[in-house]
Formats: sequence, C-alpha cells, structure tokens
Amino acid sequence: MPVSLSGFLTDPDSQQVLIVSRLPRTLAALLAGAALAVTGQIMQILARNRFVEPMTAGAGQSAALGILIASVVFPASAIWAKMGVSALTTLIGSAGLLLLIRPLPPTQPLLVPLVALVYGGVIGAVVTFFAYQGDMMQFLGSWLTGELSGVLQGRYELLWGAAAAAGVTWLIADRITVLSLGENAARGLGLNVALVSGLGLAAISVTTAMVVVTLGAIPFVGLVIPNIIARRMGDNLRRALPVAALSGAGLVLVGDMLGRTLRAPFEIPVASLVGIAGAVVFLALLYSEPRRG
Amino acid sequence: MAKRLILLSALLLVACAIYIGLGAEGAWRFLLPYRATKLASMLLVGIGLSVATVLFQTITANRILTPSVMGFDALYVMVLTVLVHVLGGVGYASLPAALLFAMNVAGMTVLGMLLFGLLQKGARGDIMRLVLTGLILGILLRSVTEFLQRMIDPAEFQMVQSVSFARFTQVEPSLLALSALVTLPALALAWGMRNRLDVLGLGDATATGLGENPKSGQAQALVLICILVAASTALVGPMSGGGGSFFGLIVTALAHVITPSERHRILLPSAALTGCIILVGGQTVMERLLDLTTPLTVVIELIGGILFLVLLVKRKRA
Amino acid sequence: MIRLSGVSHFIGGAQILHDISLDLPKGGITALIGPNGAGKSTLLSLIARLTPLKQGEITVDTLKIGGCSDRDLARVLAIMAQSTHVSARLRVRELVGFGRYPWHRGRPGPADHALIEAALERFGLLPIADRFLDEISGGQRQRAFVAMAFAQDTDYLLLDEPLNNLDIAGARGLMRLLRDMADRDDKTILIVLHDINYAAAFADRIVALKNGRIAATGAPDQVISDTLLRDVFDTDAKISRIDGRPFVMV
Repeated sequence: MPVSLSGFLTDPDSQQVLIVSRLPRTLAALLAGAALAVTGQIMQILARNRFVEPMTAGAGQSAALGILIASVVFPASAIWAKMGVSALTTLIGSAGLLLLIRPLPPTQPLLVPLVALVYGGVIGAVVTFFAYQGDMMQFLGSWLTGELSGVLQGRYELLWGAAAAAGVTWLIADRITVLSLGENAARGLGLNVALVSGLGLAAISVTTAMVVVTLGAIPFVGLVIPNIIARRMGDNLRRALPVAALSGAGLVLVGDMLGRTLRAPFEIPVASLVGIAGAVVFLALLYSEPRRG
Repeated sequence: MAKRLILLSALLLVACAIYIGLGAEGAWRFLLPYRATKLASMLLVGIGLSVATVLFQTITANRILTPSVMGFDALYVMVLTVLVHVLGGVGYASLPAALLFAMNVAGMTVLGMLLFGLLQKGARGDIMRLVLTGLILGILLRSVTEFLQRMIDPAEFQMVQSVSFARFTQVEPSLLALSALVTLPALALAWGMRNRLDVLGLGDATATGLGENPKSGQAQALVLICILVAASTALVGPMSGGGGSFFGLIVTALAHVITPSERHRILLPSAALTGCIILVGGQTVMERLLDLTTPLTVVIELIGGILFLVLLVKRKRA
Repeated sequence: MIRLSGVSHFIGGAQILHDISLDLPKGGITALIGPNGAGKSTLLSLIARLTPLKQGEITVDTLKIGGCSDRDLARVLAIMAQSTHVSARLRVRELVGFGRYPWHRGRPGPADHALIEAALERFGLLPIADRFLDEISGGQRQRAFVAMAFAQDTDYLLLDEPLNNLDIAGARGLMRLLRDMADRDDKTILIVLHDINYAAAFADRIVALKNGRIAATGAPDQVISDTLLRDVFDTDAKISRIDGRPFVMV
C-alpha cells in the first residue's frame, strides 16, 4: 500500500501500516543484522579463524533441523517451544563443528572454512532428507532463505531475544577477547576457558535459532562485517562489538530495502541480496589475505 | 584390471535388470517404455558426470575437486536464466530446443574457461584456496541466479523452469534424445584423449617435455566438461545446491579404490560404470525397497559431504 | 646446437633477462650458475618452452622454439622440471614408460618396452620398478625422472636444479649418471646448478649469469675465479685447486 510521510500524521490507514508492518519490519532487519554480526564475531574467535560464520557453518542448518524436528514431532507446540528445540540442535551443531575443527593444523587457515562449509552442507542434506520424508519441503525454503516480507507486528518479537542474547556477549567481551590469544594463553591468564567458550556458544546458538525461526537464514552478515571491522579497529571486542552490531543492522536494513524496491511489487529475499554482496566480499577477503604457512 | 571392469559391468547389468523388473505389475506395454526412459537418463547422467569429474580432477591435479563443487552446474543454470532474461520467456520458449541448448553450452563454456583461468592464476597451486573459492563462487552463482529469477516475471519464469528442468521421475524423451546426441560424441572425444590425459596428469612441465601442450589439453578437456555437465544438468536439473554436488567425488574416490590405476583407459570406464551403478542401484533401493520419497541426490549429498570431510581432514594429517 | 639470440624476458614490469645471445655446442654438460634471481631458471624454461618466448629467438638444431610443434621438439629435447611432484599415483616403471610417449603417442610397441626396460636397468631402477613414486626416496625419484628423460631418447636434456633436496650421495650419484650419459651416449646436457662445486666437478662448460646478463662463459677452471665470486656472487670465498679442479672453500 502506498504511504507517504505526511500521510502518517493524518491518515489512520497509513498509521496502521506503519505500526503493523513497516515499523516491525525495520526493527526486525535492524535486530537480526546486529545479532548476526555479533555472533559472527564471537564464532570467529571460538573457531580461531576469520573465515567462518554460524549461518553457513552448520548453525543455520542445525536451527532449521530443530524446527523441522519440532514441527514433525510436536506439531501443535507453541513457537517458543519450537524455538527451544531449535536452539538446542544449534548448540549441538555448533559444538560439533568446533570439535571437528579443533585438530586441524593452524598452518592451514583455509581448511577450517572449507570443513565448516561442507559440514553445513551435510547438515543441510539431513534437513532436506527429513523435509522430503515429512512432506515439509515448502516450509524448508522459508527457513533456508531469509526474507522479511512476512514480518508483521506480533511475528517478529523473538528477535528482541536474539538481540538480547547477542547483547549479553558484550558483558563478557573482554574474556572472549582473551580467548583469542589461544586456549593455553587464556588459561595462563586465569580465564575459565570452558565457561567462556560455553557462554559464547550458547549466545551463538540462541541468536541463530531465533533468526532462523523468525526470518530464515541470512548468510555472510556474520562473516563480512566482523572481517571488515577487525581490519579497521582490531579484535578488542568491547570496542568492536557495538560497531559490528550497528554495521550488521545497517547491512540487513539496506539489503531489505533494495529487495523491496528493485522489482516492486515483487520482493527479492534479503538473503539473496546479502548473499551476493557477501560472497563477493568473501572472495575479495580470500585473495587480499596474505598467504600464510 | 580388465577383470574388475568386467565385474563392474556385470554388476551394472544386474542393477539395471532389477530396476526394470522389480515390482513390475500390470501392463508391461506401459511400464517398459517409462522405466527404460528413466533408466537411459540415469545411465547418461551417470556416465557424463563421472567422466566430467575424472577430466576435471586430471586437469586440476587433485582428487577432491569436482565440476559441481566448483559451481559448474550453477553456471549452467545462471546462463539459462540470463538467456531467459535477455530473450524473454516467450522468445525463449519459441526457439528450437537444440539451438537453445547450443547457446547454453556455448555461454557456459566461455564463462567456465574464464572461471578456470582465473582460478588457476589466483590460486596457483594452493588447493585449499581453489576449493574454497569454488564453493563460495557456487554460492555466489546460485544467489545471482536466484536474484535474476526474481527479476523475471514469476509467471514467465515458471514456464521456463518447467521446460528447462526435469527430474529422473519425469524425463522428456525428446530432451533425452537431445542430451544423448550431445553427450555421446563428447564421451567419444574424452575417450580419444585418454593417453593425452595420462600425460597431462604428470604436471604441466613434464607434460610439455613429453610434447603435450598442457594449455590446449586443458582447454579441450574443459570444453568437454562443460558439454557433459550442461547435458546432464539440462536432463535432470542441477545436482548441486539441491543436493548431489558430491556425486562425482564419490564416484572417483570409489573408482580409484576399485581399479587402482592412473591410466585413463582404466579410470574412465571404471568411473563411468561406478557412477551408473550408484545412480541405478541407489534409485532402486530408494524407490523400490525403502519406498522413500526423498530424491537420491539428497542421500548422495549427505554421503558425499561426509566423504569430502574425511578426505580433507585425512589429507592434512598425512 | 642450441642457439639463443637477443633473448629478453619480463615478468610483471621487471626485466629478468637482458638481450641474451649464446651458442651452446652439441655434446657435453653445460652448467648454468649464478646467484638467486639471476635468471638461470627463467632462461632454462624459455629454452624448454615452459615459459613462452616473447622477445628474441631460440633454436634447437633446426627447430625454432615457438615455431615448431611440441611433439617434434619432444623428440629432440627432454626436460626435467624443478618440481618433480606428480599428483597421480604412479609406479616407477609407468613413469619411465611415459618417456616413450612422444614416439608412440599412447600405443607402445615391443621396441618401446625394450627401451623402457633398458632405461630401468641402466639407472638401477629394476629392483624398485614396481614401487609407487611416493614410496621411494627423493634420490630414487630424481633418478626415475632422469630415466624417463633417457627413455625419451633425445639429443638434448635440460634439468632445472635437480640436486635440490638431495643428500650428498644422491646428488653425486645423479651427477655421475648425467656425466655418464654425456660421455657414453653423446647427450647434450644443460643444467641449472646452485652449487658451484658440483658445476666445477662435473660440467664441461659453465655459463654464469648475473642480473639477467651473461657474466662469463667457458671451461670451469677458466670461469671460476676470485673475480667471478666477487663480481657475480658478491662473496669473498677462497678458491683452491684439488686434482687440478677449482674448488670453492665455503
């Protein structure tokens, strides 16, 4: 429905559109973008590798698997219950990845993202398999490709939780920064490594699950933003996280606006647009990174 | 080696017989042509993709890359979408299928060569970088395709999709004929290259020393790869993305185990037979025995992905 | 004879070779020496057509590099590249067998098989002929590659730093095989060497390069001198003579 700025002040219909649709959609884009960028940054420290992010490294796919399981086993359960199952599978999926990449040699920095991508693909295949068996293919698309066209008042509020979970990480930002020195060094500095890693992993899982449940997977935000920020201002998380959150929010918002306007009245999912931009930036990062090892 | 190839052929024959015969009830008159078409398309795709993968692994000198992992079938879908975009859905559908196919393959070959050249230059011997680039490029190509598809009128796109892609479950006989017409000569040419491929596999410098220009050999192999992948993709849709990008990987890994030889006169038939056995046998098991609705490609993606992880991690530990 | 005239080469913006003209007569071993970055390997790979020739002219007997078919050249000139890594898993006999490829193009006859066996025997590879390349030592692998080049039955053989990663026994053994091929089979061998002492001990002729230019050519005891070490290699190592051969004290 066409709305104008002056209309919001006078026309009750326009006000209705603003409150029910436009405002929630804008908030959803901002919240999701901020949360994704922050969790991407945490994930990169936990995996000790610049080229991973939760959405493409198994967390996004595990979240979809969780919703799928919940929808098949407890079809009548409330959205927050499905969310809970999804967060649990995401936690297992992310922890599995960290275990898998732990023995990989640090001299091969590109091996980690490679393993992570394929790991995500394998979980994705499991999801597809069960989706076919459970006749849920049409739902699958909405979880694997994030878009905001369905966002309305009352359907996005979970994202506040995602943002809150991401916000919690800021409280332990200093400790996570210490973790980036390596496990032994961190232990030497008196850090409870298991606790901090666990908290970081939990934040990643809850955030990813909430975003996937409400919007679907949006790739690369968590990869591109932290990389650019780390180049500009280093890895001190207490300073970097707020900037990451703002940049992520901006990226998803702009992506959604483009998707809405490029071919109105049809919509292009924000995930496709961010996917194109993110993949290009990823490749640029891959080739500008000085070769190591 | 010859004995093992005969054994593989026998196994494939058995798989085909079971596929045609198992659970056949009712009128053979209807059933036979239907199943035979499906079987023929599986064989065509099985041979085509397996041979394409062997060629690709030889010219890139590694065992974990496949054309699908590098986004070659995503490239095909992208070229297709661009063609629809440029010609318009109606214009596209009014062109003869053979011409369309030729245009698709030509566009894909040009882009594929470009991609391959850039990759070789940029990644210079760094296999990890090459594979990672390929995976990301695949994601990029699929995102661009999706973007372009959204930019096309949805109704037009629907029409294009229905004429462009089919599944093993519903293969157009005319498309099958066209695909065979393209695949068979490409296979013959690949077979003709078997000795040169052996030499190319020794590395650029050694191949040059033996009088085999690596550049022209790679270019010829790449054109064949593009044709084979395009023909398979046109027939059954992209194997990657939706599942099965690791089909070629499974096939070549198995072929190397079953017939441990680097000679392409062994490797090519061995991989082709293995590929067909996996497709036909797998489809029989999935469709007839387990009664599953999931496409075989999803299962292949699952197994192949795990195999890929194992190969990657093992490679680095060794 | 290998004849180079006016050969220059650029990589990026940098000039690697400056207008090189050089005649290498038939027979004997010629060693290309020089400090790192002098352009030795570039020069060799231009002659071997591994790098496309852009400026100047190179002929091998009557064949012009860049103007003749790869196949014709492969029957006259064999090369052993710096990296002998082969990703394919091959047995020694298979590798040596590839040396006959320029002659039979994939269809070996009985004569080819006889030549392959002869090459295996000549280079002492018969006991390991059925082992895989990744199962044998570095020295054995280099020997297998030389055997392949030998089986190729060419007049000329080009080698790029074949002694890399070899221990002293492997390096000496390989150089003696090359010497033997030059003496017994009248092969013309051009070899890039890092170690001047190996060049002094085994080569008939030395070509010293510096900054892409030829600094000296001639027999080892003429070329290797204090001035050469100082001007070309920027070092003041002493030279002594052992059995009449120059020897750089490192």
